[in-house]
Amino acid sequence: MIVAQNINKSFGKHQALTNFSIEIPEQSIYGLLGPNGAGKTTFLRILNQISVPDSGEILINNELLKKSDIQHIGYLPEERGLYKSMKVGEQILYLAQLKGLSKTEAKKRMFEWFEKLKIEDWSQKKIQDLSKGMAQKIQFIVTVIHQPKLLIFDEPFSGFDPVNAQIIKDQILALNRQGTTILFSTHRMESVEELCNHMALIHQSHKVLDGKVSEIKNSFKNNTFEVKLETENSELVLSSLQPRFELHQIKAFSNHLEFQMKAADNFSENDILRELIQLGKVQAFAERIPSVNEIFIQKVAGYAS
Amino acid sequence: MHRNLKLIITREYLARVKNKTFVVMTFLSPLIMTAMFFLVYYLTMVNNQEVKTIGILDPTSLYTYEANSTDNFQFKKYENTDLNSALIDVMEKEYDGLLYIPKEIESSDYESEIEFFSNAAGNAIISKIENDISKIITNKKLEKAGVDISKLNDAKTRIDLKIENFSGEKTSKIESYIKIFFGGIAGYLIMMFIIIYGNMIMRSVIEEKTNRIVEIIISSVKPVDLMLGKIIGTSLAGVTQFVLWTIIGSFLLVVVSSVFGVEINQVNHTATAIENNEFAYILQSVMNLPILLLCVMFIIYFVLGYFLYSAIYAAIGAAVDSETDTQQFMFPIIMPLMLAVYVGFFSVINNPHGMISVVFSHIPLTSPIVMLMRIPFGVAWWEILISVLILMISVFMMVRIGAKIYKVGILKYGKKPTFKEMFKWLKY
Repeated sequence: MIVAQNINKSFGKHQALTNFSIEIPEQSIYGLLGPNGAGKTTFLRILNQISVPDSGEILINNELLKKSDIQHIGYLPEERGLYKSMKVGEQILYLAQLKGLSKTEAKKRMFEWFEKLKIEDWSQKKIQDLSKGMAQKIQFIVTVIHQPKLLIFDEPFSGFDPVNAQIIKDQILALNRQGTTILFSTHRMESVEELCNHMALIHQSHKVLDGKVSEIKNSFKNNTFEVKLETENSELVLSSLQPRFELHQIKAFSNHLEFQMKAADNFSENDILRELIQLGKVQAFAERIPSVNEIFIQKVAGYAS
Repeated sequence: MHRNLKLIITREYLARVKNKTFVVMTFLSPLIMTAMFFLVYYLTMVNNQEVKTIGILDPTSLYTYEANSTDNFQFKKYENTDLNSALIDVMEKEYDGLLYIPKEIESSDYESEIEFFSNAAGNAIISKIENDISKIITNKKLEKAGVDISKLNDAKTRIDLKIENFSGEKTSKIESYIKIFFGGIAGYLIMMFIIIYGNMIMRSVIEEKTNRIVEIIISSVKPVDLMLGKIIGTSLAGVTQFVLWTIIGSFLLVVVSSVFGVEINQVNHTATAIENNEFAYILQSVMNLPILLLCVMFIIYFVLGYFLYSAIYAAIGAAVDSETDTQQFMFPIIMPLMLAVYVGFFSVINNPHGMISVVFSHIPLTSPIVMLMRIPFGVAWWEILISVLILMISVFMMVRIGAKIYKVGILKYGKKPTFKEMFKWLKY
């Protein structure tokens, strides 16, 4: 469990984090979401002890963050690269040793990863001779080779091609199943929505929301339903619904009707269904779950006022 | 964390040493230097062996050419011809020039009367002829005035002051040249090393920044360790290069001198024959220098000065995105170095313990060079101690300041910072 308490950090006059507190449960996949410049990278750098907060503290399993914790963190920064003129093998060994592995252990694990990613014959190649996608695989190995308990990815899938992104995604999920805590940070909210089970929303240095993704989404449900109804007389249907429900995004087709309807809180799903059945054949009916993006926009709009 | 510093030093060292430019420079420069040396030597030899032939048309018999002929000059006398036919003959036979003395000279201004015709009037020829003629005329005039030339020559006295310092040790002008030579070499080496390897550090910082690998590394190690590792690793590569240069250089010298063996022996032979005393004296002067002190202080000032400047170079490398952006920051670095060398070669020679020399041998940015140039002239131990202490404190502070700028700078991209902004980073 990683706990950040009241972190403040400013650069000159610019406030990067304000009273920022979150809890990252063990073995979770945690999404740190927010637009560019919200303070995500600043927080990740503080977690990696690249920068020091002005105030506040970070606890890992109830102990203050200390220098040796670096060995248990794997960090893939947004701006990533490798030494161009160094050989792949030398490079991985060097960076793994900096994380505290012995040379022999680093070598053993390097070849295990080469095997997993099917790049066995790369160790003598120089980075400048590799394609971008190939270099990304090496970067991933560098991030995970010391078997960290916490993996931090800043904008993980920007710059990855779709094939590599899928490979890396699978490897990340596999590591999570083996017990690694994963922390993502991204401004493309939809990209990690499916992966994360916990999240926090950051806006202009403030945390605006955090918790379990499912709980957050549920709490933002507003009794809106997506309906597809078979009917010959759409006029009649709409006129009978409109007085009691808010209707949106109405699309009328020749023999059916699609729309969203927002019901008052005292209506249950069954109540609404009962109404709809009388009007025509219900082809589809589902409660509308808001996307993280929508929640964010709603939250930020509320926050700003 | 000690382990990480070692890892970084090793990587930086290997990265420098394995670099192709480094390898080429290390092995090629001594070859080029030796080749240049022998080319210059050879050309001078050829030049000296050349015999200049000069025609003389001298109806006055003023210029007694037989007596003045040397290995390098041959004179051909014309008689009973006029100037034109003599000139034509000189041109046909491709002599180097024609000296024409039209008539007996009475006044003291001969400039307009004695003429020298030549298409390539080298300085050596002209000054020889001018010296000879003025000597001849002076002697003639003295004789006319009733002076016995042989008595005059006997009376001529050459004075060499025997210079001693207050404790009675002999010194001399040559000795002070030797002192400035050794001090100068030491100072100059430090300057070259700082500029060459400081630039190397800066480039490698910029490389890490543009590669974007730096954030991955400083998530494992402290930025200060990365910076120090870089400085130490690069300096070790520099030391390696110097050592290799010395070894290859001396090896080449031995090889080449055994090939050209005879000639070099000859040169040495004539040199010793003529200047046997002087040579021994020079040797003795060198032995008299505080060599041990000079060596120890060289190493101390070298290390401290190098660290002082490297920290600045590293900070600048971290602050910019590309090498082209470094120009505006280079001047403030090069200036104190140049200043130190100039102060060394002008002020220290004239007055090694004068105000300017003393002040600049205590200012940290110039002291490594200026103090090293002063040490051969004898500097009180406490003065050296103060200078080293000031330098140590400055290095300590500069490394900290450099590390701060470095730490902030390596994560900043985009806009080229100003000095003002870099100053602000110190407070982050």
